Amino acid sequence: MAASDSDNAGAPEGAPAPPLPGGRFARDGSMVGRIVKIGLLGLFTALGVWAVLPLYLGGNWLGIGLVVAVVGLVYYVYLSKRTVPAKYLVPGVLFLMVFQIFPVLYTMSTSVTNMSDGHRGSKEQAISAVESLSVTRTADSQEYDLTIATVGDPETGELAFLLTDDEGGAYVGDADGLSELSGATVEDSGKVTEAFGYTILTPAEVNERSGELAEFAVPTGSGAGIRSSGLSTAYEGRALRVYDESCDCVTDTETGEVYTADDERGAFYNDEGQRLPQGWQVNVGADNFARFLLDPTFAASFFSILLWNIVFAVAVTGLVFVVGLAVALTLHVPRMRGKVFYRVLVVLPYAMSSLAMYLLWRDMFNTDFGVINQILGLRIDWFGSVWGARVAVILANVWLGYPYMFLVATGALQAIPRELGHAAQIDGANPWQSFRHVTLPLLMVAMTPILVATFAFNFNNFNAVWLLTRGGPLFSDNSTAGATDLLITYTYRLAFNEATAQYGYAAALSVMIFLIVSVISVTSLWRSKALKEVA
Amino acid sequence: MSVDTVRTTQRRYRRGAGTRFGLWATRLGWRHVVMWVVAAFALFPVMFVVSAALNPLGTLSSSQLWPTGASLDNARDLFANTPFTTWYANSLFFALTNAAVTVLLSALAAYAFSRMRFTGRKVGLIGLLVIQMFPQFLAIVALYLMFTSISEYYPAIGFDTRWGLLLVYLGGALSINTWLMKGFFDTVPKELDESAQMDGATHAQVFFRIMLPLVTPVLAIVGLLVFISTINEFLLASVFLRDTEAKTLGLGLYQVVASSRNANFGMFSVGAIMLSLPTLIVFWFLQRFITEGLTSGAVKG
Repeated sequence: MAASDSDNAGAPEGAPAPPLPGGRFARDGSMVGRIVKIGLLGLFTALGVWAVLPLYLGGNWLGIGLVVAVVGLVYYVYLSKRTVPAKYLVPGVLFLMVFQIFPVLYTMSTSVTNMSDGHRGSKEQAISAVESLSVTRTADSQEYDLTIATVGDPETGELAFLLTDDEGGAYVGDADGLSELSGATVEDSGKVTEAFGYTILTPAEVNERSGELAEFAVPTGSGAGIRSSGLSTAYEGRALRVYDESCDCVTDTETGEVYTADDERGAFYNDEGQRLPQGWQVNVGADNFARFLLDPTFAASFFSILLWNIVFAVAVTGLVFVVGLAVALTLHVPRMRGKVFYRVLVVLPYAMSSLAMYLLWRDMFNTDFGVINQILGLRIDWFGSVWGARVAVILANVWLGYPYMFLVATGALQAIPRELGHAAQIDGANPWQSFRHVTLPLLMVAMTPILVATFAFNFNNFNAVWLLTRGGPLFSDNSTAGATDLLITYTYRLAFNEATAQYGYAAALSVMIFLIVSVISVTSLWRSKALKEVA
Repeated sequence: MSVDTVRTTQRRYRRGAGTRFGLWATRLGWRHVVMWVVAAFALFPVMFVVSAALNPLGTLSSSQLWPTGASLDNARDLFANTPFTTWYANSLFFALTNAAVTVLLSALAAYAFSRMRFTGRKVGLIGLLVIQMFPQFLAIVALYLMFTSISEYYPAIGFDTRWGLLLVYLGGALSINTWLMKGFFDTVPKELDESAQMDGATHAQVFFRIMLPLVTPVLAIVGLLVFISTINEFLLASVFLRDTEAKTLGLGLYQVVASSRNANFGMFSVGAIMLSLPTLIVFWFLQRFITEGLTSGAVKG
């Protein structure tokens, strides 16, 4: 295909290439189009430059390479005449890659590690943290004048110590170690007042991060490190706990205890099985998955949550389908007065914000003041009992969900010719028989993919449970699993709501949810033949 | 209603026995009764929230199904005691920007999938379906860890910023939306864009001036669905936005009732109505597209 008609991709082969005389549009695009294109490319280049600067300061060459590659790709796609489909796909696909596919792959790789609060970094980082945090002052300690700074933003940037010694030499210390600081402005008092690439913190900002500061030390090698004493001085001392490579262990010089590295569990353990708090990330293979499936205590809560999760999704999907279809059938008659009026009222829950309505339902189920107990004259502790909470969660979700099914069923019913029903009646079928054998099968063709999508949506309906019950009531014998917990709320609690964040387990759970939902969805879509067209 | 069906119904009315009312009751009357029951079920939480919003006392314990008074005290409290306008602006920013950009991105992709044939087209379409099965929030742990380092390098798009969360939302732009749009694009006759190309239009001109105006209904419905799901999104927002000032209205309301549920219920109710208002308005304007759009297979968030 010649370059000149590559713009005709999609048109049949041999589509006319030369523009007809007097054609409304010029072949190379309008002036406005070209200006917009140049403008957008310029903007994108500027973004690229903005993205490279911090990476350069941080010495992240891999990151710089990626940014340059992406900018290059965009230039190639939009300046070439051959890559027409790519011109339309690149913007969305870039977002998809970075914020959806990459996180999915990252989740999968996290799911086979022990990543959690005490196991974030590499073994080297854990060792230097163990050593430098046990640093204590000795008689010959070197003293420094200290200025506390960060790389980049004062609130979130990495902490660094800007240090000056007695001779006026300036150094910078961070979690990786000590290095010379060049190009810094040093006051007579020995304080650094300006340094390229570092933001010097005000006392208030230092105060904000005092918690991190207490845990911060600069390793200086061979069992020594620098810690701060107050806001303006620091000292270099000996580490009480020293790592010895020959035995791959940490020895506490004060107590004489030996902590040996356990490379399978990613932490240092002594003979009594006690561990040091600083661990590292190791590959644990399928252990996270095995724990959920095989460890009796975890498997019990996992399978009970899974069972309730399926019951919940099936119950909600089934009920909204039945209610929605029943309402649609009730209104599906010619000659019914006030149809539009009923329709607006019935669809109202769908047009309300579901987030706000979940919170509202939570308060309507309140034991003491809730409107439901008031109206029915009951004193049911809805969210305190296992089945009360489950009924409440399902009821609220049916309220929010049935209008959608009503709308869909109305649309599907309108597509079925009424003559079919009449024909069945003439053949002697009663209304139920004609619905059961004529209307419903035709309806299901259109509804099955939607039912599958609704099931998949409800299977992971975080808001539906979290905003109503937060997964509770918790089982008395288990502090992490609740009676209304879905797998997704359980994941969220493991990752963000526990005393120690267990990212590895949470990621493993995510992967399992993915497998369950995709197996259920793909098989049912396959059986309904909706996927045939694609595959 | 076709002429035929009207006639059939009329004929059956004449043929039947019994009084006119009996006929009406068996044919239509019970339908009205059912609809009144359903409407009552649909309406009572809405009535409750409206009455609580107007309730001068503003507590849950004093709220009734019927308004017991009318005052704007709750609204005033909400404006005075919480950064309500900031929260509301944040919610609208996320919902509007995400809807607009998502519609644009997925329309671009749907155009390519519908009109062009290229290597990887089929793989791309099936890939989108499969990725859809792994909803973005399942990768919440990974997104959190990823943004911990992004916040270090680029505080401007890190945690507690509008842009960071928006970028994450846009990661889901190409999804079932693209499928929905592609299906609609396929129904536009190819002859239209082919004849435009014969007249010398470039592919960009075909897309912007011929296709987009013809597929407005599906653009509207996708926009509505994204708008609704963004305004109701809680999980990602709660991980990304921790600062009180950065929160969305949904997160803010959660906080209002989390701290003291009984006392703040009036304020919460006003906020709940305000949060529903944009959806109600958009819904009203788009209602003629809605049934059609939903039947094509999308789910509300």
